[in-house]
Parts: sequence; structure tokens; C-alpha cells
Amino acid sequence: MCLGIPGQIVAITDASRGLATVDVAGVKREISVAFVRNADEAVEQLIGAWVLVHVGFAMSRIDEDEAAETLKILSELGEVAQETEAMRASGRA
Amino acid sequence: MRFVDEFRDADKAKALLAEIGTVAAKAADRMGRPANIMEVCGGHTHSIFRYGIGDLLPKSIELVHGPGCPVCVLPMGRVDDCVAIAEQPGVIFATFGDAMRVPGSKKSLLQAKAEGSDIRMVYSPLDALALARANPDREVVFFGLGFETTMPSTAMTVLQAAADGTKNFSLICNHITIIPTMKAILDDPGLQLDGFLGPGHVTMVIGLEPYEFIGATYNKPVVIAGFEPLDVLQSVWMVMQQLSQGRAVIENQYGRIVPKGGNPVARDAITRVFELRDFFEWRGLGSIEHSGVKMRAAYAQFDAERRFSVPDVKVADPEACQCGDVLKGIIKPRQCRVFGTACTPETPLGALMVSSEGACAAYYQYGPRAGDEPEKANAA
Amino acid sequence: MSLSGDKSAPTTRRKRDAIHLQRVTLAHGGGGKAMRDLVDDVFVSVFDNPDLAPLEDQARFALSALATHGDRLAFTSDSFVVDPLEFPGGDIGKLAICGTVNDLAVGGAKPLYLSCSVIIEEGTELALLRRVAASMARTAAEAGVKVVTGDTKVVTRGACDKLFINTAGIGVIRTGLDLGCHRAEPGDLVIVNGLLGDHGAAILGARGDLALSSPIESDCAPLNGLIDGLIAACPETKFLRDATRGGVATVVNEIAEASQVGIELIDDATPIREEVRGFCEILGLDPLYLANEGRIVAVVPAAAGERALAALKSHRYGQGAVVIGQVTRGPPGRVTMQTRFGGKRVVDMLIGEQLPRIC
Ligand code: SF4
Repeated sequence: MCLGIPGQIVAITDASRGLATVDVAGVKREISVAFVRNADEAVEQLIGAWVLVHVGFAMSRIDEDEAAETLKILSELGEVAQETEAMRASGRA
Repeated sequence: MRFVDEFRDADKAKALLAEIGTVAAKAADRMGRPANIMEVCGGHTHSIFRYGIGDLLPKSIELVHGPGCPVCVLPMGRVDDCVAIAEQPGVIFATFGDAMRVPGSKKSLLQAKAEGSDIRMVYSPLDALALARANPDREVVFFGLGFETTMPSTAMTVLQAAADGTKNFSLICNHITIIPTMKAILDDPGLQLDGFLGPGHVTMVIGLEPYEFIGATYNKPVVIAGFEPLDVLQSVWMVMQQLSQGRAVIENQYGRIVPKGGNPVARDAITRVFELRDFFEWRGLGSIEHSGVKMRAAYAQFDAERRFSVPDVKVADPEACQCGDVLKGIIKPRQCRVFGTACTPETPLGALMVSSEGACAAYYQYGPRAGDEPEKANAA
Repeated sequence: MSLSGDKSAPTTRRKRDAIHLQRVTLAHGGGGKAMRDLVDDVFVSVFDNPDLAPLEDQARFALSALATHGDRLAFTSDSFVVDPLEFPGGDIGKLAICGTVNDLAVGGAKPLYLSCSVIIEEGTELALLRRVAASMARTAAEAGVKVVTGDTKVVTRGACDKLFINTAGIGVIRTGLDLGCHRAEPGDLVIVNGLLGDHGAAILGARGDLALSSPIESDCAPLNGLIDGLIAACPETKFLRDATRGGVATVVNEIAEASQVGIELIDDATPIREEVRGFCEILGLDPLYLANEGRIVAVVPAAAGERALAALKSHRYGQGAVVIGQVTRGPPGRVTMQTRFGGKRVVDMLIGEQLPRIC
């Protein structure tokens, strides 16, 4: 359920209504950033931020560190798998 | 595409599959039978089929496709109400595309459109509000549906309409909630589930806390999962690890999108506009306590159910339909007696055949068929 | 068409005469002088060719001249009702020429003569008609075909959506060539001539109701030159079809069905522009089902693959040519896709129209 796509905020179109332009792989659309702006920061601070877009609303700011962390775990798994594979191969030899 | 392609990497997937194989073997030892994991969310069902993930998993892991497609679980009576509103003169009825095909007891919105109703497909509830502004002499009604992911967006749209003093916009609210539904599934005596892939995008709104009871009371692991193939695989791996170690807690695979506490601003919009219904009717699952929301009295003027007279008649699911059993994971779609015969995506009988997220439609579209060569033996 | 039944008689029209003349009125469809003026001014002037000029009720050709191109006639017809009429990369006029030229060319025919019938809603801007007609003329010139006959009807407001065009076309099939949907055999390669889904995405985007903006342009193009080159280099080509409505997924399903073979597509090999992928991700659409107007699917024997690719790539409309799959023994009629993890899924025929999803 709930199709959500990562996109990058590239412009603010209406600060008072919290509307911004999001770019998804070169396709642009106006969305609301009402759910991801901090009350104490100017909405322009969001320019450049990656967000998850669902039905025309940014619903979450993408945590780039978390994303990197997940990929790191997956890479390490890959290395472990390769080593196990190598060990198996050398054990057989 | 950033944050997408990285999570579709084939090499990492291979490594993960190898790991899943190892852990699954341990879990199988411990449990003495294959593990049944339900992906609650239709988005996961879609990814699983689109990337052919089901076939890649070891035989000792069985994926059960859950109820998480808000389009599929819409009961016929509600569709009838929408059609009734759409057919009133002067109404522009705005809806998400995939809701147009859901069968009502007499017709779908798509059929109503063909018969002359002014039904428009929109991408966002904000677009429906814009339609209202552009057509001040018409009544624009938006078909609000979806889980907690979508709820804040429609709530915010209603709040915006209220702030602007828009008089010709209203919402027919069919939003549903995930937790009571998972609880209803967990309470079903016919059920044999060992763990869950939790709905990533719902959780980015509601946060992790609401799932804690599933580990504590029902002793089942839940892993909140993203939607790219690596996300799904890693989440399966995490569930299997819990099972192999005898743990049952809520874990978050989708940390890049899902903060522990969810999105409080979005939840605030929900509570301002909506309140729980005592009961909500689900196609295939029947009536579930507190599983839907309605609009608060303060926003009555934006509530299409209050503004228009709707039939509001409960329509029983067709008798031959076994959607409920499929939704609960008791049978596989192909085991339904009307699958592929009376019920096809062209003429859906049950809701699971309607949206491409529906388990039956996914099986029909992506799955192997009778007469196919037997599926390949699993790698693991 | 009943002129007296003109319900939309413009009682409320406040426009002055000067503007009035910038729009088509019912008088232009009345068969009198006004109609002759419209036809002459907008269409005949741009399609100018000796076969059209006499303005008889039919175009006439010498059989002997046709026979110099081959031994069979190909005849096709297609109607064009696109919304919006003008979109990035083309317009309804270009589409109407390309569609019919391509339908002839994929049968191995050399497209020669086209008809052009237009149904115009009263009130349509003359300037728009002129642009569309000019675009048709340009495209016909590029494709080397002549528009030799036609018809113009004007209908009351609401009876059609601004402008509908029908084109029919005649071509001649070269002697000895036999392209057919039923000829695919296990081992054959499935080739496309470039990026997929551009047209469908461009149209959906141009419609505006989804409020998406993108640099995606329609791939609309006349492909007879490209196909000439392919057949010259690779006469053993078995089948060609333009992947219009329903996209590539539909065409390969038709091949699998007609030839009673399986087809396996390779996920990583299907060429899709980044923006089209983004577009599809946002709306939950599958680009394999998006319409193309300048893309063909070709089935060639494996041994001729390199030659076919080289021939396609040497043409401006084939530079992105790639092999996207192979014909297999698999269950007859079944198209599958090898996903990049070694998973497999069925690629079925589309049921109805693809609708954007939220979930
Ligand atoms: S085949 Fe149709 S009726 Fe049977 S469970 Fe699936 S959707 Fe329901």
C-alpha cells in the first residue's frame, strides 16, 4: 500500500502554504512540505533535502546516514558471503 | 534514481539470499516446519512479484500476502455510496486512479464515468481542492481512502479548505487503520503466522511504538520494511533471525524513511480532522472494531456523507468469493474456487483482483499458471 | 450532419468578427465556398502534389507504377484522437502521418500514398489547424509519402474534441518478403530501436491534470527509412511491429501468442529513460505498457542479431537499438521477465487502461 517515492526538494513555490517543487529523476511536481518542515526553521532550509513523497505530500525527510548504514550492512553481508564461499571453495580443494 | 537504485543491487541481493538460506535452516530446525511470514502491505506484495522474490527464497519460508491494500478491502457498499454521490448533478468526483475499477454492487466508478458522471482522476487530494477552486459553481467531492500514510494528506487538505473558506469541497472518508486490523488477524483462530513484514510507509507516520504489543502479547516478530527488493530481502532476513533465536520484537529495517517516533505533525493533522469509527466494514474481513476513521463534527461541512444522501447499504461479498481466507493467509489465491474463472482482473469478483496490489491480481498477472513447467528448485 | 440542428448557435458569443474568422465555423463544413476556402487554404496548400491537385473525389494511380515497388499492396487505416493535440515532441498531425506510415512499413511495405480525413469541432482555431496541417506536410515529406485525398467535416461544439484525424495509407510490399507474427521460433532475438515509454509519458505529462512537468518528449517518428535499412541488411527479419498502445509488453505478448512460443525479456536490458522511470515510479505505472510512436519490436534469427543491430543503429531513429529478450520454448504464449536477481515474473497483456495508483 501507499506508494512513496524519494525526491529532492529543488524550490519553494509558496512559503506561506508550505508548497515546494520536488524533483524525481528529472520529473517535477508541486508538493506540500507541511509535514516535514520544522516550526523553527525557514522553509527555504528544505531546499536540497531528500524527502519521501506520497500523494503530493512530503511525508518524511530521508535520513541519508541511515541509508548509508543500511547499505553498509548489506555490503558487509556480501563480503561475509564471499568469504564463506571462498572458504568452502578452498576447503574443497 | 537515488535511494532507489542502490536498493535494487543484484550482488547484494545474492549475498542476502545466501544469508537468508543459512538463517532459515536454523529457524526451520528450531520450529520444525516452514516459517509463514505475512507482508501486511500491498506495496510489498507488488515488489515481491515484480522482482520475483518469492521464488528466490528458500522453501522453508512462505510469504503470506496480507490485507494491506486499501483499495482492495473497500466493501461494495462504500463504492455504491461513492457512485451515488458521483451521479448527482453538479458533482465533480475526484479519485485516485486505482479506486476507479473497484466493483460496487452495480457498477464501478469507471462505469459511472462512462455513463456520464464527471469523475476525475487526481494524483493528490490537493489537486481535488484545486478543482474546487477552479469550479466554484460545482461540488467537488474527493474519495479519501488509504491507511495512516494517506490520512494526513487528506486531513491537511480539509484543513486547507477550512482555512481558505472553500465551500464546495468535501471528502467521502474511507480511511482505515492498520493496527486494529493486524490485531484482528492475530486473533483469528485459523491463523498460522510466525512473523510480519511491517508496512514501512504507514509506520513513518505512526512510529514503532504501536506495534510493540505484537511481540509482547502475541510473541511474533515484526520488522518494518522498505519497498525496494533489498529492503524486502533484508527484512525477511531480520524476521528469520528473530525466529531462529526465539526473539519477538519490533525492529526497523527502513530507518532511512521511518523515524522511531513517526511523524507527529502528520498525526496531529489526523487527530484534528478525524476520529475513530466504532466499526468499519472490510471487504473479505467483515466488520473490525476501530478500524476506520470518520470526520469530526467540527468539519461536518466538509463531510460528503453528511452533505449528500448516500444509500449506506451494506452489501454482502459475493458468495463464491474467498477473499477473506486469502487475506488471512488461510488459502493461496489460486486455491480460491473462482480464481481465474469467474474472477479475473477484467471482471473482478473479489477485491483482491482489482488493484495490482491485490494478492489475487498479482498472482494472476505475475505468477506461474497451470500448465507451466514446474517451478525451479530453490537455490538454497 | 444537420446544420439546422445546430444547438450551440452562438447566442452568447460576444467575439467580434475579426476573431470569429480565426475559428472554424459550421459554414466551413457546409460544402460551399467557405469549405473550399478552408480546404484550399489549410490543407491543399501544404500538401501540394500533382496527385492531389485535381481535387477529384478519388486519387488515381497507375498500377504499373505501383508494381515497380513489389508484388502486393498493403492498405491500412488509423484514427487519431490524442489529447492534448500538441505535446512535447509532436502533435496530432505528425502522429497521424507517422502512425499510418509505420503501420505500412512494419508489414515490409514501402508507404506511398495517404489519405487525410479531419473532423473538426466548430470553434477550433484556424491557427491550430494550420500548425497541424504544416506538421503533417513536414512529416509526410520526411517519410517520402504523398497525401493524395482527404475529407473535411465540421461538427457542432461538443460532438468531437477539437480535432480528430483519420489517415489511411497504401504501400507496396517488396517481392519475396514475408513478415509475420507467427514466425517467431525459439532462439530468435527480440530487438527494439530505442528508449521505451517516451510517448506515453509525454502525453500523460502534457495533459496537465497530474501537474507533473518533465523534459520527456514523444518519440513520434516515421520509421520507414529505418525499416528499409534493417530489411536490406537483414532480409531474414521475421517480424516487425510498432509498439504503440499497450507498449512493448503488449507486442511481445501478441508475438508469443501468435507463434505459440515463450518470450523471455531481460529486465536490465529494457532501455528506459531516467525521467520516464521517475514518471512511472511517481504514478505507479509500468513503462513496458506505455505507448510509443517511434519504436518497433523486431524479431530476428539469433545469427542475424549483430547485423540487425548495426543496421538499426546506423539510422537516426535506431541509435538506441538493443536486444531486450529472446524467444524460448517456454509455455506457449507466455512472456516472462528475468529480473536482475535471477527472479522471474510473468509479463501479461494489459487489462484495460493503466491507471495511476496510490498504493
Ligand atoms: S480469486 Fe477473486 S474472489 Fe477469489 S479470493 Fe481472489 S479476489 Fe477474492
